[in-house]
Amino acid sequence: MKEISGYYDKEASLLSAVKSLRDNNIKIKDVFSPYPVHGLDHAMGLRRSWLPRAAFIGGAVGAISGFGFQAWVFTRAYPINIGGKPLMAVPSFIPVTFECAILFAAFAIVLSYLFKSHLGAGADNKIYDERATDDRFVVVLDTADIDNNEAEKIKSKFEDSGAMDVKYQD
Amino acid sequence: MSEISTREPLIEGNKSLKDITDDVFNPIIAKPGKLWFLGLMIAGSAALIGIIAIVLTIWKGIGLWGVNKTIGWGWSITNFVWWVGIGHAGTFISAILLLFRQKWRTSINRSAEAMTIFAVICAGLFPLIHMGRFLLGFFIFPYPNTRDVWVNFNSPLLWDVFAISTYFLVSLVFWYVGLIPDLGTIRDRMKTKFKKKIYKFLSFGWTGSAKHWQRFEVVSFTLAGLAAPLVLSVHTIVSFDFATSVIPGWHTTIFPPYFVSGAIFSGFAMVLTLLIIARKTMNLQDYITVNHIELMNKIIILTGSIVGVAYMTELFMAWYSGVEYELFAFINRATGPYWWAYWIMMTCNVISPQLFWFKKLRRSIGFTFFMSIVINIGMWFERFVIIVTSLHRDYLPSSWEMYKPTLVEVAIFVGTLGIFFTCFLLFVRFFPVIAMAEVKTTIKNK
Repeated sequence: MKEISGYYDKEASLLSAVKSLRDNNIKIKDVFSPYPVHGLDHAMGLRRSWLPRAAFIGGAVGAISGFGFQAWVFTRAYPINIGGKPLMAVPSFIPVTFECAILFAAFAIVLSYLFKSHLGAGADNKIYDERATDDRFVVVLDTADIDNNEAEKIKSKFEDSGAMDVKYQD
Repeated sequence: MSEISTREPLIEGNKSLKDITDDVFNPIIAKPGKLWFLGLMIAGSAALIGIIAIVLTIWKGIGLWGVNKTIGWGWSITNFVWWVGIGHAGTFISAILLLFRQKWRTSINRSAEAMTIFAVICAGLFPLIHMGRFLLGFFIFPYPNTRDVWVNFNSPLLWDVFAISTYFLVSLVFWYVGLIPDLGTIRDRMKTKFKKKIYKFLSFGWTGSAKHWQRFEVVSFTLAGLAAPLVLSVHTIVSFDFATSVIPGWHTTIFPPYFVSGAIFSGFAMVLTLLIIARKTMNLQDYITVNHIELMNKIIILTGSIVGVAYMTELFMAWYSGVEYELFAFINRATGPYWWAYWIMMTCNVISPQLFWFKKLRRSIGFTFFMSIVINIGMWFERFVIIVTSLHRDYLPSSWEMYKPTLVEVAIFVGTLGIFFTCFLLFVRFFPVIAMAEVKTTIKNK
């Protein structure tokens, strides 16, 4: 068999199951839940997301290019005398610079998020169980190189932690 | 702990996770009620009238409007500022309240964000039509062209172009990122093949994996952190359209904070108007409770009072500055030919929100609905007063004029109301109105 999955109907039993599986050095493939479970990333040992960095880089690029573009237009490409005001009018450039920074930062983080998570219009990701977007919490284990004996042990672990159902998938 | 348990529950009816899914999913597959069709018919007709008036304006020209050389910004810019302001409450709810970890926002944020998007669409229409030559609207964007001309980055009107387009795009993305998991839930419960396919496409292949949820939360918080200063900057820049000019009554430093609080004030009024209708017609009384309405009314007291203080400060400064033109502008507002508009604004925006100090009125749905419309009217008049009364009598008495809108201008405004409500009605019909996944995190018996 390739995968074993345990089904839970409570957040608390899911969390304790994940903890006990990890304590027994059993590798969890993935967990599916209908909402973000507080503390689950910690229990699963997921690393912190680097996505805010994408926002920072996007924001920096947006701010620099926004400001640079305005400075270029006003001093090089199209210097125009408006009531004798200075061409390099830094305070005037701030609003557009700010908006560019926000726009680029927002798009950088959202696009990185969609790209990293393989989400996007028409994406055909495998839906593990349709109830996972409703009211069930599913823990999936990769058991490709595990014999039947060990699989039975895992099953009993699932049941001990309050799983409503355990499923095998080939 | 005791403090938390004495608070009212965020949603009523002791719902399980499945109940929440059902409550949000069922209206999407059910045949909509008569009320919905009636609403769509009214809103659709209004939109149609507006579209006819817009086409007429583009075809014949701005001469169909009541604007003249002295009052170049009539109803259209009034409406523009009014609509942008309305949009701000959606971002306030979804971004600023998220950063402050206000859990009550979860029941209302989805529809408030949708309101933002539709309001900004309505707002954006006005400057575009007001240009007169609608088809040359792209001239406002800096792009390389054969004339070697660039835009004027010193102009607050150009800042506005950047602010409003950034605001629209970021709000849209923020809204959609939040929608993805809920669209996934709808996809998984949809029985008919064709509809399932559509929701599968819309849900971007959402699975509910733990890693995705972790990223989802990080993205939501970062976007909220970006949207919060953005929303403040947008109405600040809208106020710069006025404040950076030298027109008495416009040229004041109080404008940015005054406009931002006014925007949130009017936006919350519109959120209340929409949600009181939506909770009744869509049976969402368990999700949008009297408690939610009371909390929103408290924000109305706060922002309404800030607006009131701003009005008083303006009056005080007009006198204290000793600038005779400024003083004249304010005396003219209160006692000149547009005195009625000024006093409608004062009554609706300064006096009426103070009634919400009474708990009984704050928790009365009928009274809140009535007040939300009063505030919407008051805030519309605020923009009318600022624009028209300041322009119609400037430094040079020989150019003094009066302004009266024509039927075409009125029809365009009615049309945007139609477009707004049509979009909202279609949204509640086909999309999850309540942010299911977020509400699920707040219930206790999970």
